[in-house]
Amino acid sequence: MTAAITAQNLRKSYGKLRAVDGVTFEVAHGEFFGILGPNGAGKTTTLEMIEGLREPDGGEITVLGLRPWPRNPALLPQIGVQLQASSFFERLTAREQLRTFADLYRVPAGRADEMLEVVGLTSVASTRTEKLSGGQAQRLSIACALVHRPDLVFLDEPTGALDPQGRRNLWDLLREIAAQGHTVVLTTHHMDEAETLCQRVAIMDHGKILQIGSPATLIRGLAHPVRISVESGLLGQEEAQTLADGAAVADDGVSLTFTTTEPASVLARLADRDALAGLQVTGATLEDVFLNLTGREYRA
Amino acid sequence: MTTDEVPGGAPARTGRWQPFRSLSRAMFRGFVRDRAALFFSILFPVLFLLLFGSIYKSSSTPKINIVEVGRVSVLDQALAGSQGQLAKVLIITHTKSLAAALNDVRQASQDAAVQQQGGRLIVHYSIANPTTAGVVNSVFSGIVQAANQAASPHPPAFQLATEQVEDRSQKPIQYLTPGLLGWAIASGGAFAAAITLVSWRQNKLLRRLRLAPVSTTSIVTARIAVSVVVAIVQTFVFLAIATTPYFGLQLSRYWWMAIPVVICGTLAFLSIGLLVGAVAKTQQAATALANLIILPMAFLGGAFIPLTFAPHWIQQVSYVLPLRYLVVGMQNVMSRGDGPASALPAMGILLAFAAVLTVIAVRLFRWDEI
Repeated sequence: MTAAITAQNLRKSYGKLRAVDGVTFEVAHGEFFGILGPNGAGKTTTLEMIEGLREPDGGEITVLGLRPWPRNPALLPQIGVQLQASSFFERLTAREQLRTFADLYRVPAGRADEMLEVVGLTSVASTRTEKLSGGQAQRLSIACALVHRPDLVFLDEPTGALDPQGRRNLWDLLREIAAQGHTVVLTTHHMDEAETLCQRVAIMDHGKILQIGSPATLIRGLAHPVRISVESGLLGQEEAQTLADGAAVADDGVSLTFTTTEPASVLARLADRDALAGLQVTGATLEDVFLNLTGREYRA
Repeated sequence: MTTDEVPGGAPARTGRWQPFRSLSRAMFRGFVRDRAALFFSILFPVLFLLLFGSIYKSSSTPKINIVEVGRVSVLDQALAGSQGQLAKVLIITHTKSLAAALNDVRQASQDAAVQQQGGRLIVHYSIANPTTAGVVNSVFSGIVQAANQAASPHPPAFQLATEQVEDRSQKPIQYLTPGLLGWAIASGGAFAAAITLVSWRQNKLLRRLRLAPVSTTSIVTARIAVSVVVAIVQTFVFLAIATTPYFGLQLSRYWWMAIPVVICGTLAFLSIGLLVGAVAKTQQAATALANLIILPMAFLGGAFIPLTFAPHWIQQVSYVLPLRYLVVGMQNVMSRGDGPASALPAMGILLAFAAVLTVIAVRLFRWDEI
């Protein structure tokens, strides 16, 4: 089976700025793929070239076996696009909005109403889009991207302006969409979002892909020490040192913390002594991967 | 796979007109629900009609204020003999004091003071306002001649018969209506195209549509269709109000020929809006730029100042302005009583203008802000 997307050595410059500088990757059918990086890393430009909104300066792209540039009418019905801003017709209600998009893709109006239910907006169907909350507007724009059942969906910063609760609700929705067999390409600058949603991520910075892989593989590859903390006072200082077997130990009066690259043995010994009250295990995150790759703190 | 088939196997709804229809419906709903747009395109021009109508109404019959000092029998006889015609022009007050009357004339609260000494009629007037002075002179020389004629045993050798060259069709409402309607259609078209283009580019809807299987032709024709419908509604509402007895517009026989003129004018001003929308980056800039084009054109193109009364240079300038052809084209068939063919040259010029500007706008067009 061919890949849903292949990108070979993509390049795009704006004046002297190399926005995308030799990007190569593939996305398999049915995969949830993330492009991750700080603002200005070149994520959006990469996505725009794949969608067919921009002509690459160099490189090869195929999307579902077709070339996206110049605007390819055979490809358009097969892809769904959700853009950063909420791109709606002025002064239409949520239902009218979705039905208009359904019409543009020549899909029955019933499908639009069905989609409204999938994204949980039936109760605000008659509300004008200007009056929807940020989360509702994002849900609606995702519904507009999915109304024609595209094989491939592009989501550009879908949780950009949402509060934590709204982000989590939207994550549930995105997981459902992925479970239905759509291939999803998501750009985000939220590390936790990529970690929780994506099967594979490409980490970008300065127009280049630094690393590609599943979030778990990337994090494991770091061999980053794990922090294990339990309540302070469960163990005496000497006992803790013995137990640590070479790992760093710190007690700040609230928590006793071990920092180790071999968490399994430390945990086993803590369990032996029945000293697991208040246990917290903190591993590395994609942020640590980014820090390791770029040598600088990740700032979204 | 044909374009009518939807991936996922959902049954196809209808054919190629579907995007056009749904876009038109979306734009029309957007317009009808926009109270400001409704106000500016429908109600605002009517308010202008009220305003301009009352200005031109009062200035159309200038009156002259006369002070009669003592008794002036010549004037009294003339008033009695003119069957009310003179009374329409003259407003007469009486006084005994010549000094007070002269003072009034100097202060311009009266246009002339009249006294009679036997066979002499003395008219005191000021040349501060030359037009009024001229009217005063001719009115009174007319009165004196008529009095002499009446006193003479010979029948008059010559008689003056006056007929106005402009017939009824040149009452102010007859040229105000096409003028203000032209302005309303011009700004409606220009603003609609400019604002749609800029706001859709700003909220990225334009991009979103570019990624949908919708042709540019569908988008553009939907915009044109909605604007043409709005312009025709504007025309009918405006004409319905202008033909009420209060305004008293008399539509001439081929007034319906104004509708194709309105359609051509809408296309011309949509093309201006398209150009503005292609150049402007924000809605504020688009509004400012469209105003900068439309407002001066309203003054120079015959909408606010009827070209017949306008200074020569304005008449010359108006030839390069599309608004002139919209206004004059409508005026010819709507209120001047010309035949249907008289609108054709204006329509041709408007269409040619629309074509040229659209070509330029397409070259400057950007899908994106960058």
